[in-house]
Parts: sequence; C-alpha cells; structure tokens
Amino acid sequence: MKIVVLVKQVPDTAEERKLGLATGQLDRASTDNVVDEINERALEAALRIKDANKGTEVVAMTMGPDDATQSLRKALSMGADSGVHIVDDSLNGADAGRTAATLAAALRSTGFDVVMAGNESTDGRAGVVPAMVAEHLQLPLLGSLISAEITGDGVHGVRQGEGGTLNVRAGLPAILTVTERFPEARFPNFKGILTAKRKPVTTLSVGELDVQAGASRSVVVSTVERPPRAAGRKLIDDGTAANELAEFLVANRLV
Amino acid sequence: MSNVLALIEISHRGGIAASARGLLAAAATLGSPVAVVVSSAPLADDDVARLGELGAARIYSAVTAAAGTVLVAPAVDALSGAVDAYEPVAVLTANSVDGREAAARLAVRVGGSVLADVVQVRSDNGTVVAQHSVFGGAYTVESVVEGGLPVLTIRQGAIEGQAPAATADLETVSLEARAEGAAVIDQFNDDVAVSVRPELRTAATVVSGGRGLGSSENFVLVEQLADTLGAAIGASRAAVDAGYIAQTAQVGQTGVSVSPQLYIALGISGAIQHRAGMQTAKTIVAINKDEDAPIFDVADFGIVGDIFTVVPKLIEAVKARSN
Ligand SMILES: Cc1cc2nc3c(=O)[nH]c(=O)nc-3n(C[C@H](O)[C@H](O)[C@H](O)COP(=O)(O)OP(=O)(O)OC[C@H]3O[C@@H](n4cnc5c(N)ncnc54)[C@H](O)[C@@H]3O)c2cc1C
Ligand SMILES: Nc1ncnc2c1ncn2[C@@H]1O[C@H](COP(=O)(O)O)[C@@H](O)[C@H]1O
Repeated sequence: MKIVVLVKQVPDTAEERKLGLATGQLDRASTDNVVDEINERALEAALRIKDANKGTEVVAMTMGPDDATQSLRKALSMGADSGVHIVDDSLNGADAGRTAATLAAALRSTGFDVVMAGNESTDGRAGVVPAMVAEHLQLPLLGSLISAEITGDGVHGVRQGEGGTLNVRAGLPAILTVTERFPEARFPNFKGILTAKRKPVTTLSVGELDVQAGASRSVVVSTVERPPRAAGRKLIDDGTAANELAEFLVANRLV
Repeated sequence: MSNVLALIEISHRGGIAASARGLLAAAATLGSPVAVVVSSAPLADDDVARLGELGAARIYSAVTAAAGTVLVAPAVDALSGAVDAYEPVAVLTANSVDGREAAARLAVRVGGSVLADVVQVRSDNGTVVAQHSVFGGAYTVESVVEGGLPVLTIRQGAIEGQAPAATADLETVSLEARAEGAAVIDQFNDDVAVSVRPELRTAATVVSGGRGLGSSENFVLVEQLADTLGAAIGASRAAVDAGYIAQTAQVGQTGVSVSPQLYIALGISGAIQHRAGMQTAKTIVAINKDEDAPIFDVADFGIVGDIFTVVPKLIEAVKARSN
C-alpha cells in the first residue's frame, strides 16, 4: 500500500507569528518554520501502518518554498521512504484553491492508495485544502477523524462532528484527515536521521505538472495589527484575594 | 437584490443547527438570503417558519435519500444546484466540520474561491468583503475573491444579531442519491451529556480549567464556578489530553476561539497556543500559583494563589453579593 502524507511547513506556533502589513502575507523570517504538528500526527499514523505491514510505502509531499525541504527531511528522518517537494516561484502567495489544484496534480503523478493530511493547518486554519484535493481527484474524503483503521480494501474511521461522532467508511483510494486526537508523533532516532540523508526527494515545478492556473483567487485587501494586551492587577493571595476579585467582578458588572 | 446562499445544517435528529442564525444574518447584510437545506424527508412547516423568522427569503430544500447516509456530498450537490438556480453573489457555510468540506468542494466544482473562518462580512459597492481574525486575534485581515464565486465559511458564534424576519418561499427539489466518490456514514454517536450550560462559542462568560486541576474529579471545581456565574466551560489542551473534559471544550490555537465579556482561567499557564483562543476576551481573570505564569501577562485581574483555596471562597463571595 502506498500512503502519501501531505505535510505543510508553518511558522512555529510557540513564537509570535507575524503578517506583513503591506502584503498581508506571512512574514516567514520572523519565526522558525516547522512541520505542522498535525501533519506529524498524520505521518505517525502512516508509519504505524508501515510498522505493522512491511510492504507499505510512505511518501511525504509538500508544496512550499526552497527551505520546505527541511520539513521533508524531518519526515524522512521519522521514517517516511521518500519525499516530493513542489516548489516554484509562481506559487508564491498561492491561495487554498491554487495549493489544492497543484497538490492534486502532483498526487496524480505520484500515485497513491491513501492520502493523509491534517484537518486544519495552524497558520491558515482554513481546513479546506484536503476537501478541495478530494474534489479535484473525485475521491471520498474522511475528514476530521479521531481514529482510523486502514485495510487493503478500505478505511473505517470515527469522525468528530459538531454534536457527537460519526462512524464513516470509504473504499480505496481515499483521502483522510486526522485531528489532534491522533497520537503524538515519534521522535526521529539516530539511525533515522542518518538514513534520511540518503532517501530520495523528488522536486517538481509547476511546468512538470498538469495543472491550470485557475481564474478565481482570494486576495487580502487589508491587514491591521491589534495592539497587544497589557497586564492588569496582580494580587498575591493572602486570604482576601477571592473577595477582592468578587468586588472587581461586581464593580465591572461581570456578575 | 442579489441572492446569497446559506447552507443550513440539519442534525441527524432533524434540528436546525445553531449556526443558522449567524449565517442568515451575514447573508442578509450581503443580499437576499436563500437557505439551502438537505434532508431525507420534506421540510416540516415548523422548520420553514423558523428559517423565515431567521431571515430566509427563500428556501431551497433538497430532499434525498442520501442525507444522513452519505457524508457531505449531498450538501455539495444541493449547493451547486442552488448556485445554478439562484446565481448568487456569495455562498455562506458554517466553519463547521461539514460546512467547510462542503465549501471547499463547491468552490472547486463551480470555479470559486474559499474565504475561510470569516468573522464579519460587508458589501463594498457589490464586492463581498470578508473579515478574518488571524493568529489569535493579533491581526484583522480583510479579503475578497477576484474572478469567481466567493464561498465563505463563517466562524460559529462570531456574527451577532439576527436578520429581519421574512416569510420564506419554499422550493423543494429532489436530489439523486449518489454515493460514488463519497464516504458513507454508518452510525451517529451523540455526545452523551446535553448540557444546560451556555454554548462555549457564544457565552458571555467562560470559565476554563487547565492541568492545574490535577484530575477529572477536581475539574468539578471549574463546573461549580461556571454554574455560579452562569458560564460556559472551557479547557486547555493539557486538560483535554489528560481526560479531564471532552475535546469540544478545548480553547486555543487548535480548539475553539472565544471572545466573551469575561474569561476566567483556572490552573492554566497561558501558553501562546492557549492565548490564541481567548486573548480577545473583554476581561480576563487568571488564578495560578506560579506568579511567572504567562497567563498573567494578558490578565486584567490576576491572583497568585491556589485554585483549591481561592475558588471556593470566590464562589461564596459571589453568591453573597448576588443575594
Ligand atoms: C500545534 C499546537 C497546538 C496547540 N493548541 C492548543 C490549544 O488549542 N489550546 C491549549 O490550551 N493548548 C494548546 N497547545 C498546548 C500548549 O502549548 C500548552 O501545552 C497547554 O496550553 C498547557 O495547558 P495548561 O496551561 O493547562 O498546562 P500547564 O502548562 O502544565 O499549566 C498548568 C498550570 O497550572 C498551575 N497550577 C498547578 N496547580 C495549581 C493550583 N493548585 N492552583 C493554581 N494553579 C495551579 C501551574 O502553575 C501551571 O501554570 C498547543 C500546542 C501545540 C504545539
Ligand atoms: N502547501 C501544502 N503542502 C502540503 N500539504 C498541505 C499544504 N497546504 C495544506 N496542506 C494539507 O492540508 C491540511 C489542511 O490545510 P488547510 O486547508 O490549509 O488548513 C494540512 O494539514 C496539510 O496536510
């Protein structure tokens, strides 16, 4: 079985992330860029299948600037077999629609039985790219799963819905997205880090893919920064702090 | 007036989703709201009346045996049928699990673009402008779609108010039940506890608990304060991971974003990913025994102390003052 995991390089959520006020685009220089944690969880799920079935092939695919190769190397060091990096200056500032069309074309040429992705990325929080890819490829999407079982003929999963969960299934090929309820990812071990350097990474440009530019796109028209919050009163509790807080809440009509 | 489609979700038990009000309110600020509804049986008169009350000028009711058995695909088919029928200037869905998948597929199918996690909409000389709250509210960004149909996913609880009531014209169409290229639903498992507490996303007051609670038994303290204040319950990811409370209560980067009048953080350190979901609250109160906890950097009123001594006293003090 061939599993392609879609990994996105994002600014580290542990740092102060910035937008360029003139462009509305991500200021990539202001933070470290890392593999989105949710994609590490998706990769972990794929690697567990590989651990149990030696014939499984795991490919990590990303679309992003030159330095997104670092994310692929991370995935390879965790245990993925190979990487696909779609990189092209013309993709700079691509919206979700363009991203999905490009990923779909790359998936078509790479081939797969299962595609695994994150339910939403931490930078855009859009949660739309996998469903768009599914529509391009006319495939079922099992989105926002909290658990999944993948066998040779299909995927069974539990989806987190709004008022409860749903048991869902689809035949292969299929696309699925994982939520944070999936287990945390393993750390690369020493052997993994060493062998990652020798594993193949295919670089694809837009010209090598069968993808049209698309007439419709979303564009940012304004970006405004909110002033940071200031700290207010801080009391060390000496037994009276609860009363003072109650006074504060009453005075501010909050109770 | 231009038509604006709003995908109204119906629960598998038949209820109109809470997101309907905000969707129709947003649709009404952009044009004439058309509610698009998918169900396995024709809509009941009560539902038609209710959607009218919420502002729907028209209802496009797609009836199909696939509703409730095929995942999301019926909604996409219904929306694309309604796009043909009504030539809308925009399509709105909830930024829910189902809503955003439907929006994404629709945009690809009809050649539009998605504007995701929208908190406010306006029309600028006929152009649909969407407002987003980015990086935990650190930025307010406006976006538009150039050269195609705008498909907006609206953050649940973000739109206030209600559209003027209307008497909805009902159009019922029957939709072929297609399952190819889609996932199948075998079963719905409802959340057990139907809470009497306010909904987290729209509550005026939220009381959240973190790892500092120490156990799921101790998490009752959060519930007691919440009930004293008539508040919704939230949690940090660490509290969710530890099993103190359901994942749906998680506030933050990868959880729910809230902007209540009052947010009270109990035993929460205030990691940047938690702050990303609550720092737009009007007033923030924090109780934590570590005086260096980063939550104090954003708190209007902070108490350095033990939640197990401070919170019970706080509950008494609030009760005493409200009598
Ligand atoms: C990609 C990503 C996404 C994330 N998304 C989220 C998210 O959506 N939401 C979220 O919350 N986190 C999120 N996190 C996790 C986040 O980084 C923190 O790990 C988490 O918020 C910590 O939760 P906590 O404050 O409850 O726990 P801790 O950081 O362990 O803090 C517990 C606090 O309780 C205090 N305490 C202990 N006992 C008491 C007592 N008796 N009285 C008073 N105070 C006490 C301690 O002093 C401490 O400050 C995310 C992380 C990543 C990497
Ligand atoms: N540029 C990209 N490269 C690879 N995968 C991506 C990219 N953008 C989005 N994805 C995948 O789609 C998921 C959801 O992303 P989003 O729709 O941006 O919230 C991510 O977790 C990834 O798995």
